[in-house]
Amino acid sequence: MRLARISKVVGVALTATLALSACGGSGEDAASNTDRPIVVDGVEPQNPLIPTSTNEVGGGAVVDLIFSGLVSYDADGVSQNEMAESIETEDAQNYTITLAEGKTFTNGEPVTAQSFVDAWNYGAAAKNAQLSSYFFESIEGYDEVSAEGSELEEMSGLTVVDERTFTVALSQPESDWPLRLGYSAFSPLPEVAFEDFEAFGENPIGNGPYKFAAEGAWEHNQQIALVPNEDYDGPQAAQNAGVTFKMYQNGSTAYQDLISDNLDVLKTVPTSDVQNFKNDLDDRWLESPYAGNQTISIPYYLENWDGEDGKLRRQAISMAIDREEITTVIFNNGRTPATEFTAPVLEGYNDSLPGSENLEFNPERAVELWEEAEAIEPYDDSEPLTIAYNADAGDHRTWVEAVVNGLKNNLDIEVSGLPFSTFAELRTNATDKTLTGAIRTGWQADYPSLYNFLGPIHATGAGSNDSVYENPEFDQALSDGLAADSVEAGAEAMNKAQEMLLEDLPSIPLWYQVAQGGWSQNVDNVEFGWNGVPLYNAITTK
Amino acid sequence: MSWYIIRRVLQLIPVFIGATLLVYFLVFSLPGDPTAAICGERGCTPAVEAALREQYNLDQPFWVQYFLFIKGVLTFDLGVNFAGREIATIIAEVFPTTARLAIMALVFEAVFGILFGLIAGLRKGKIFDSTILVVSLVVIAVPIFVLGFLMQFIVGVKLGWASPTVSGAAPFNELILPAVVLGLVSFAYVLRLTRTSIIENVNADYVRTATAKGLSRRRVVTVHILRNSMIPVITFLGADLGALMGGAIVTEGIFNVNGVGNTLYRAVLNGEAPVVVAIVTVLILIFCIANLVVDLLYAWLDPRIRYA
Repeated sequence: MRLARISKVVGVALTATLALSACGGSGEDAASNTDRPIVVDGVEPQNPLIPTSTNEVGGGAVVDLIFSGLVSYDADGVSQNEMAESIETEDAQNYTITLAEGKTFTNGEPVTAQSFVDAWNYGAAAKNAQLSSYFFESIEGYDEVSAEGSELEEMSGLTVVDERTFTVALSQPESDWPLRLGYSAFSPLPEVAFEDFEAFGENPIGNGPYKFAAEGAWEHNQQIALVPNEDYDGPQAAQNAGVTFKMYQNGSTAYQDLISDNLDVLKTVPTSDVQNFKNDLDDRWLESPYAGNQTISIPYYLENWDGEDGKLRRQAISMAIDREEITTVIFNNGRTPATEFTAPVLEGYNDSLPGSENLEFNPERAVELWEEAEAIEPYDDSEPLTIAYNADAGDHRTWVEAVVNGLKNNLDIEVSGLPFSTFAELRTNATDKTLTGAIRTGWQADYPSLYNFLGPIHATGAGSNDSVYENPEFDQALSDGLAADSVEAGAEAMNKAQEMLLEDLPSIPLWYQVAQGGWSQNVDNVEFGWNGVPLYNAITTK
Repeated sequence: MSWYIIRRVLQLIPVFIGATLLVYFLVFSLPGDPTAAICGERGCTPAVEAALREQYNLDQPFWVQYFLFIKGVLTFDLGVNFAGREIATIIAEVFPTTARLAIMALVFEAVFGILFGLIAGLRKGKIFDSTILVVSLVVIAVPIFVLGFLMQFIVGVKLGWASPTVSGAAPFNELILPAVVLGLVSFAYVLRLTRTSIIENVNADYVRTATAKGLSRRRVVTVHILRNSMIPVITFLGADLGALMGGAIVTEGIFNVNGVGNTLYRAVLNGEAPVVVAIVTVLILIFCIANLVVDLLYAWLDPRIRYA
């Protein structure tokens, strides 16, 4: 963003002048009071706060605090029981779920097996058009209720046994299915939700560690005020007097509020301040790796990138990118070079899989591979490679240009960045398969599992398979991994599948995400979770 | 006079139809499927996408969509945005904030612009005049976001005189800083317009006559010189109100003001045609009315101008 970059230049110049004249005024007006809620940066939720229709980070952060599913994830991404007392299975396909006793929603209504089954059925049914409906795809009967135009309301795989027990039948064995249950889409809903979803989405009633401070606590585009839910007795109990999400339109503005102590926690330091935040904030910052990555995908429907020569070219491209240099120079170590397709914080991550040398910077080998490809079929110069990105958010331009320059210098081919003005335009081209070159892609984990980084992106026909990769062997390896009888055995099979990706490179992994956050002088105990979101409940005021 | 006003108000009708049609068409023609923005990075299932298209009439051809929107406007139902919120509520939320900001900016630029312009014009070529000319040139030359970040950093962060951002309710005192930033460039223009106009009029015949009649210097300056010099300035201020209301995107972004500019910007990115058109329509009405008021002011400022 141009605005943001200028602010940095201006900021640096000013810091210098003002530091000399020693007129620091921040901190004086900081009201330190342990009874006040902490103020954190947020983004206006794009949808009503219903767990199954929340598919972006703005709403996700709020929904995660006011709803609790069967399990939640601790800081390391390990599942811990919330509403569940036990989740049992013998064949990884049929699960019996028993709920803990005495759990209630904040309106006093008990959390029952029915609360879960109704919520999941609602989320999956096509007629309700819930954005996260695909999360229920493994459950038997999903295909019928989610088909276009279907009027069905209930998935056949869900059965209520009694008040505290229900069973789930999946359409195939999936050993990592229980791992997914901490994702917000799997939250239960109270009966009142079904009476009027519109009103409920505006003033949700949940069962999580926090609740709305009052009716109408969501002041649109301004803030959402949450207070602790006293009835909550799970592992994420609030250590503060509340969390207020203050909505910001851009990160630079939030950063100004942070350094003047008007904001307590900033979860992402804006690119414009990445070079100076460690100085500005003394020791009140952290860098914490999380389960997300950045990749570029090259579609197989492009002539140059298909077949054996296409594979060699993909490898050449990958080896011509100096990941180490870009992560150090451009991101100030705010990313770490990728060695495979998932993320290091996940159980089963392996940084030295066979084929990972394809992700190492090796310009000589890259040129050789490119020449080998030329020998098979010459590169069609009339369609030079482009890397498409959206220019409206996310600040992708800087790194795309760096990658482009690297490819130009190391392979001596014509490459350029291709900005799209909006995210919608970029995505429409990807879904309609009308891309004319590579596209910037990436994944933030929904739940801590290797499969989450592989299945939805590279399985044949998967929703986010932008490169249109089709490899039956890979699909089979994924199925084997899902059917494995333990998460460990599953991870091993997933890594076998990854070896095929490392060879074929349907997408080219670039780097893993690292959360760079900061906090004010008025709070303590700031830690970030496995998914790059601060553990809001643990933050204390001082 | 009243006929003139009625005629001008009636002219708003074709302006309304033309503007909504044009803006709706422009948003409709934006590349990219709006459902892609709703579905986000992950995408939705085709069934969900189809349901969303039906819900927001995105599956209809342009004329049907436009007709449904106009029908809604005439029945006082602007519909909902993609987040399911009433567009009327959104407008009621953001317009008062931006109106307050714009009026504060307008008052700032009018008061200081005219005052400084008057002094500079009367003392042409003196030290005050030369200084203010250079300063206003700098203000005009430096982009507004640089000025914005600069003021935010100095006044808000380093000196701590004001909050660097505006809170939800957007109270008067928090809006002072953004209003100054917003009005700064226009302030420079108002100043220069006033100065030039004053210099022109100082040597006019009627000023000489007034002075010869023995009127006090004060009366000559305020009633004769200043009042007659106001026509170009008022024209500029009238047009500027519209620009300040709709064009505060940058300033609102820097100071995190929940106003019209940002709402419009987000709606354009999301391809939410009804939101864009509704907001733009209100802006057009404000613009037209402001211009009507300006035209009526001409007659008051300069007795030679008459409307019949």
